[in-house]
Amino acid sequence: MSDRDDANRKSKQPRRSASRADWEETTLRPALDGKGERDAEFSTVSSLPIERLYTREDLPPDWNESEELGFPGEFPYTRGIHPTMYRGRQWTMRMFAGFGSAENTNQRFKYLLKQGQTGLSTAFDLPTLMGRDSDDEMAYGEVGREGVAIDTLADMEILFDGIPLDQVSTSMTINAPAAVLLAMYLAVAEKQGVSFEKLNGTLQNDILKEYIAQKEWIYPPRPSVRIITDLMAFCARHVPRWNTISISGYHIREAGSTAVQELAFTLADGIGYVQAGIDAGLDIDVFAPRLSFFFNSHNDFFEEVAKMRAARRIWARVMKDRFGAKKERSWLLRFHTQTAGCSLTAQQPYNNIVRVTIQALAGVLGGTQSLHTDSFDEALALPSDEAVTVALRTQQIIAEESGVANTIDPLAGSYFVEALTNRIEQDALNYIDKIDEMGGIVRAIETGFPQKEIADASYRYQRQVDAKAKTVVGVNRYVQTDEQRPELLRIGDEVERGQLDRLNRVKQDRDNERVKQCLDQVVRAAKNDENLLPPMLDAVRAYASVGEICKALIPVFGTYRETSVL
Amino acid sequence: MNEERKIRLLVGKVGLDGHDRGVKIVARAFRDAGFEVIYTGLHQTPQVVVNSAIQEDVDAISLSILSGAHNHLFPRVIELLKEQGADDIVVFGGGIVPDEDIPGLKAAGVLEIFTPGASTDDIIEWVRTNIRPRNLD
Repeated sequence: MSDRDDANRKSKQPRRSASRADWEETTLRPALDGKGERDAEFSTVSSLPIERLYTREDLPPDWNESEELGFPGEFPYTRGIHPTMYRGRQWTMRMFAGFGSAENTNQRFKYLLKQGQTGLSTAFDLPTLMGRDSDDEMAYGEVGREGVAIDTLADMEILFDGIPLDQVSTSMTINAPAAVLLAMYLAVAEKQGVSFEKLNGTLQNDILKEYIAQKEWIYPPRPSVRIITDLMAFCARHVPRWNTISISGYHIREAGSTAVQELAFTLADGIGYVQAGIDAGLDIDVFAPRLSFFFNSHNDFFEEVAKMRAARRIWARVMKDRFGAKKERSWLLRFHTQTAGCSLTAQQPYNNIVRVTIQALAGVLGGTQSLHTDSFDEALALPSDEAVTVALRTQQIIAEESGVANTIDPLAGSYFVEALTNRIEQDALNYIDKIDEMGGIVRAIETGFPQKEIADASYRYQRQVDAKAKTVVGVNRYVQTDEQRPELLRIGDEVERGQLDRLNRVKQDRDNERVKQCLDQVVRAAKNDENLLPPMLDAVRAYASVGEICKALIPVFGTYRETSVL
Repeated sequence: MNEERKIRLLVGKVGLDGHDRGVKIVARAFRDAGFEVIYTGLHQTPQVVVNSAIQEDVDAISLSILSGAHNHLFPRVIELLKEQGADDIVVFGGGIVPDEDIPGLKAAGVLEIFTPGASTDDIIEWVRTNIRPRNLD
């Protein structure tokens, strides 16, 4: 460097623009006139526009920190629902498991408990999820494949054999037949001599998102919601520590929605359940504290964090201001997060470990209460042991090595994060208003509104990927042809045969006259608008099957047929 | 009637699998590409799919299976087409199908399987190259 250069550098005063407009004129413009930017427009994975720079001017002039953020553990809980968050206790690492027979899954549960886990999370197979037995015509090829097969109490007894139900909490991902599966769990507890008040757990039991996204239903929406209010009333009286509904955006996002749609339709479902509970005469401050949520965490890091922060703020205000809930616990949006299965690629599957890491980090910085990290082989098959272990280790590295859990809501106050939180909140509220105008979420579902919005978003995204406007590494850019595939888990056909044998044996050994009487009582309660849980409990005690109980109600409730929107 | 008619496709979901994101995208892309598309909706039996394919005079059946039951359901559809003398209807599809299952499915008569990451453009191109309107006389 010459002496003159050095002198020049020293004499130059740093430029300090007085305002954004000034900066744009003096510093930015020459850069744009020169090389310009990579793209004309930037947007999130959900196509939400993203500006070049965020400053104080991107927040409303009257933006009030104590109104909009509050402190952790204080209304409106934008910064988190607990005063200490992860400094007090790390989030719960809850990995979803279930495959094959009840024996297979029972062994898996016992292994997990031995490793120090106290929470179990059960995946059921498709026939069980649809309220059908393993010998149903439609069950062919599906028994035990995507989760554990449960037909009667005999299977449930094996599933929880040797597991003291007063010492674990059990999450069950089941929706249309949720009341029947809860009845079976209660019957197992009875046999263990555990009283219902001591039981801890969660049912997904979110039927509205089934019509919107996951598509595993039995009856039409209205009678289905009635079963849910029966369940909420029964649990409030007899199983007070049970989380009755996990209101789920996960599947809405997996079906191709945007982040805003996921948030809006999930909260609209929540509003639908709360209204149904109130209409059924239940006390909001008795049932609302037992509601929890379940969100997806996708690749677009800041969009996800903003979505989760906005979710807490909207729900707190809805519960307090719209519904007049008085207990603080009714205002809290507690949620589970799962990383986005739909973001994982079959190509170069090890890249998925990196995607899952980013998504899990967003869930943690979004303030989740529990987290499931997907396995890198999930675009290919059910996860192998190796892949599940890497997924769990990912959470442990975030929790114990990265340092992000050392302070509460570290992204608060970022102009970008707060502006994005506001934007997502406002867009979600606009959807919720629109659904209110339509007459509520059940009516909106009946007209196909959320379904159509999601199908449009999903098609738009796929076209963007096909046109390479959105990058998917390994799929539309950086493609490799010489790939090694990982070892996959396979489920054999012997599970289906074993399950059919057991179902036949149970049907031979039980008192079939008693089963018939019990099913008649379930139908009678349905017709007379009495709570369905007590007769369902009697029916499962008599070893009536999931399919028999669900089918018995079809003449009363009808079946659901979707008007397909393409 | 010299002019070749449009390709008619039955796009379907068999079994209890409710994952319909992919099938809806593919059906819509087929429609936008100028094919005639009949979508079965969810939760159909192989029998119902085959019956509607015959009734609707389609040239091909395109099935989407993400539940892992592909080795059961694809062969069942082909078997039923044969039983009804309609095995000139082509069967192809897609879903979460491990590579090592594809040769078996092809041997059973499935013409092509598209796996995760396939682009709609590639699928459309494949249909244009491989599916011809059937001679219905």
